[in-house]
Amino acid sequence: MRLTPRFLLSAAPLAALPGRAVAEGMPQLHFGDPLLQGQVVWGAIIFIIFYVILSRSALPRVASVLEKRQERIQGDLALARKAKQAADQAQHELLEARNDAAERARVDIQKIRDMAKADAQSQTEATATRLEAEIRQAEKEIVAARDNALSHLSEIASSTATSLTERLLGHANDEMVSNAVERARG
Amino acid sequence: MASGSTIDALGQFELHPILGSFGEALCLSQSPLFMVIAVVLVLAFLYIGMRPAAVVPGRLQASAEMSYDFVRELAVGTIGEKGTAFFPFVFALFFFILTGNYLGLLPFSFTFTSHIAVTLALAITVFVISILTALRYQGLGFFKHFMPEGAPLALAPILIPIEILSYISRPVSLSIRLFANMVAGHVLLEVFASFTIMLAGLGVFGHVLAVAPIAINIALTALELLVGFLQAYVFAILTCIYLSEATAH
Repeated sequence: MRLTPRFLLSAAPLAALPGRAVAEGMPQLHFGDPLLQGQVVWGAIIFIIFYVILSRSALPRVASVLEKRQERIQGDLALARKAKQAADQAQHELLEARNDAAERARVDIQKIRDMAKADAQSQTEATATRLEAEIRQAEKEIVAARDNALSHLSEIASSTATSLTERLLGHANDEMVSNAVERARG
Repeated sequence: MASGSTIDALGQFELHPILGSFGEALCLSQSPLFMVIAVVLVLAFLYIGMRPAAVVPGRLQASAEMSYDFVRELAVGTIGEKGTAFFPFVFALFFFILTGNYLGLLPFSFTFTSHIAVTLALAITVFVISILTALRYQGLGFFKHFMPEGAPLALAPILIPIEILSYISRPVSLSIRLFANMVAGHVLLEVFASFTIMLAGLGVFGHVLAVAPIAINIALTALELLVGFLQAYVFAILTCIYLSEATAH
């Protein structure tokens, strides 16, 4: 707003009615007035007192409160940072313990599984061995039975041939039949 | 006050003795009284506001701290680290003027910032302090600023007087800016208030019309609140600029 007093003084009478203001002039310019001079002196005294109180007491008081707050905030921040660090550490430890436990469990499970596997393996092997032995025994018995059967074969064949020959010829020569049977088996 | 058909817009700036003959002997007028009121208000604001000294401030404490931070930012932000030394001075200046401007808006009060003698005294204080500061920080090199660097030497007889004149005109413009703004605002308020009284004398029709100047005065009061702050701010920031020039090398 740039309304100068002069502008206003010239405008006021135009807008309204001629005032005494122009004639009397501005009281601020009556520099001979002892009250006007006094106000400068008093103003200086008051301003100096104001300045001294502000700079010595009032403003340092505000500053100290602001400083204390800053310190408090810094302290609290440091505390919070420390707490966070501790929490992080605890979390880390927890994670480690969990991983440890998991690892141990895994090893245990593996061990049990291996043991079970080995158990099963040995059982299978034992069964297999027993079965094999049984099979071998059975085979041996079969071979024995066959051998036994085969060993009686010429005897049976001889007796059969003898009886057949007897029926056909009326008589039989055992010697010849045996020989013939041996030749046939040959 | 308006009396009859005349508008006495300047009567409000007259000084009257207070405290009877005692005050008259000491040249005490209402102007120093309002200065004391302003100073007491500002100090009360700070002391009562900061009394809780709470970590989480209440409203009053927060506003006291805000005003502290505001002026501190103004001083240190403009002048730099050296501004810390000038901060109480800038604070005193800003709040002395601001409270003076705002006190004047109350009815029956007095605006001491509407007196050129007061504003000039403040401006000369700033002027003298900035010269002393400049001499302290720059020594005699301060006078080199009156001859702009790089200008041809032949122009020195013209340039130096111009520079000196512009330097000396600083306190003049500083004081007249504040004084003129305050006077203009209060003259306007007075003129429109007088219109209301004059219109009220015109009967029923005038009574209705008299509302208009009141509405204008309400708007003007709002404007004056802005101007009062702005002028205090301008005064303070120009002080800071002058001081920052003085502290610079």
